[in-house]
Amino acid sequence: MTEQQNLPMITITLMGREHQVPAGLTIMTAIEHAGYKLVRGVGCRAGFCGACPTIFRKANDYKLYTALACQTLIEEGMNLVQIPFVPVSRKSYNLSEVEPSHNIVLRYYPEIARCVACNTCTRACPQNISVMDYIQAALRGDIARAAEISFDCIQCGICSTRCPADIKHYPVAQLVRRIYGTYILPRSSQLGKRVRELEKGLYQEEMATLTTMSLTDLRKLYEERTLEKVEFESKDQSALKELGTAQDPVDFQDDMQEYIEGVTN
Amino acid sequence: MLKITAKAQPNELLAKVAELSGQNLFACYQCGTCSASCPFAPEMDLLPDKVIRQITLGMTDPLTSKTIWLCASCYLCVERCPRDIDMAKIMEALRQIHLRKNVDHVKVAQLPEIILEEVPPIALVANFRKNTG
Amino acid sequence: MQIAYYPGCTLKSSAQQYESSALAVLKALEIEPQEMKDWNCCGVVHALASDDIIHHVAPTRVFTQLQQQGSANVVTFCDMCYNSLAQANIFLKQEPQKCETINEFLESEHKYQGQIEILHLLPFLRDKVGFETLKKKVKHPLKGLRLFPYYGCKLLRPREIGIDDAEDPTILADLMHALGAEVIDDPLKIQCCGSHHVVDQQDIVVRQVEKIILRVQERGADAVVLSCPLCMFNFDSKQKQLLAPLPIFYFTQLICIALGLEKEALGLHYHRTNPLPLLQERQFLQVKQENML
Repeated sequence: MTEQQNLPMITITLMGREHQVPAGLTIMTAIEHAGYKLVRGVGCRAGFCGACPTIFRKANDYKLYTALACQTLIEEGMNLVQIPFVPVSRKSYNLSEVEPSHNIVLRYYPEIARCVACNTCTRACPQNISVMDYIQAALRGDIARAAEISFDCIQCGICSTRCPADIKHYPVAQLVRRIYGTYILPRSSQLGKRVRELEKGLYQEEMATLTTMSLTDLRKLYEERTLEKVEFESKDQSALKELGTAQDPVDFQDDMQEYIEGVTN
Repeated sequence: MLKITAKAQPNELLAKVAELSGQNLFACYQCGTCSASCPFAPEMDLLPDKVIRQITLGMTDPLTSKTIWLCASCYLCVERCPRDIDMAKIMEALRQIHLRKNVDHVKVAQLPEIILEEVPPIALVANFRKNTG
Repeated sequence: MQIAYYPGCTLKSSAQQYESSALAVLKALEIEPQEMKDWNCCGVVHALASDDIIHHVAPTRVFTQLQQQGSANVVTFCDMCYNSLAQANIFLKQEPQKCETINEFLESEHKYQGQIEILHLLPFLRDKVGFETLKKKVKHPLKGLRLFPYYGCKLLRPREIGIDDAEDPTILADLMHALGAEVIDDPLKIQCCGSHHVVDQQDIVVRQVEKIILRVQERGADAVVLSCPLCMFNFDSKQKQLLAPLPIFYFTQLICIALGLEKEALGLHYHRTNPLPLLQERQFLQVKQENML
């Protein structure tokens, strides 16, 4: 941790209290560096779970910013507070009974008709999703477009905290994507075919053989697997020839040996 | 209760309605054209021209009337008023005085699903703009 | 001829037959409406409070999108969208301060100040195409059909955005005459159908619709022709208590029939008050009832 001593210290304000923390930290690690243990408002730490919405102001800037704590670096004069939970009550519905009619979203979330197209939700979104556009698409019954636009939503709820019309954006997005997946998404015919083959037990026998094989037999089977002969720089490619070379560097046997030794030691 | 005195009384409702609507309620000379034109007047408890008169007299009945929620903003009164008073704006001002207290007139969450499923989206958008804050 | 087109949310959901028939008519007239990209709900009703700014954002945003897409004008079929957008233009011109605030809020590249022209399809057909031109293309005149042209509010009021005389409009009647139909006139043609009350006070709409239908039926009307998707919904679905409900048509559907355009564009299966018996009785449609509904 010698790098820490060379980093400049900056002042940030957490929940109204000033702290000196090293620059280069994310909001989340800065909060922890300041001595707090996060038990809410923390999750994957990788910008994917949406647990850490944070509201903050910057020095000499009137705007209110929103972001994920784990993904945002601190700045001098940052004044922040976390929202560990955004209340959005969801409607319960049985997807098999939901009909993809044009008013289906309005049936469960009629408040989307209050949207004033101010785009505050889009500005608040840490994922750069065009939130207003998917709400508008849902308003006019365009389920496919709403599902497409909202795909990257991580359900952090920041949009809903800022909306002047009190819309609950991400449950609407959930409903829309569920309808899309159930009724609109084209089914792959090849997938259906393969699933039916598997259900008929096409690979049962082979799987039974493989799972009861010894390690040596398995290794032998792997080495002698059939590969298409491919011309590459006027050389024939083959697994056997390339074994243990730069072309096929995975040396299964040695790896297994190390693993076994590691476990027993 | 209506109190008529020679001294001018402060009239909060009038001030607020005049501000929100931008209209001079004293210009109304009670000809009744707006009330005669209004398609929903038969359902109203206070006729439109009465609404104006009561506000200027310092009465607050218009605020609790059914009238302001029956107005559909169809602008017939606006078009026909010989004094160029925008009655629709006065009705809107009265509605807004309620809605800005964060109390919706239409309970969005309690609308029957059958209605939400069949009405055109414009009906919902228009209704919520007029009846919710 | 190409023109930018703003559909509005309802044309894509409850009023699909309006869009399909209108587009069919425009196609027959060699006009290509280009649906604009990234459009949002127009706001539907003009906000009337003097200090309101946020409710003017929605229609202004539609125009800034059009501006970005380089359109000088835009056509719409929905009466409410026309009214909302046209009033927004006037508002932005009359309130420069608020116009400035909204433009800054929208962070639009170029300031929008109300310069894009919004055209409703009816005056578009009257002024840019001409009813005489339309008349020449009629293959099946709507002979014997007695229609009540109903206007409602949005196309006529406030006067500043009205497409015709506010007290005695004739544009729909003129169009129906051009198609060969008979017209039944009545002062109730400009009286509001009840509009958004259909959501929480349906009785008002039911009574209003009944009042109008019974009156024009007495005068001999076979059907009502109109242009607003909300009026259509109110008239079409709130006649249930009447013994002899009248079918309701969008004017574009009647143009389609008169011009002999493809029946698929009519969308008659969307109607709640069955229009087929009338159309078949007068021989405007030779399709079996089972195929349509």
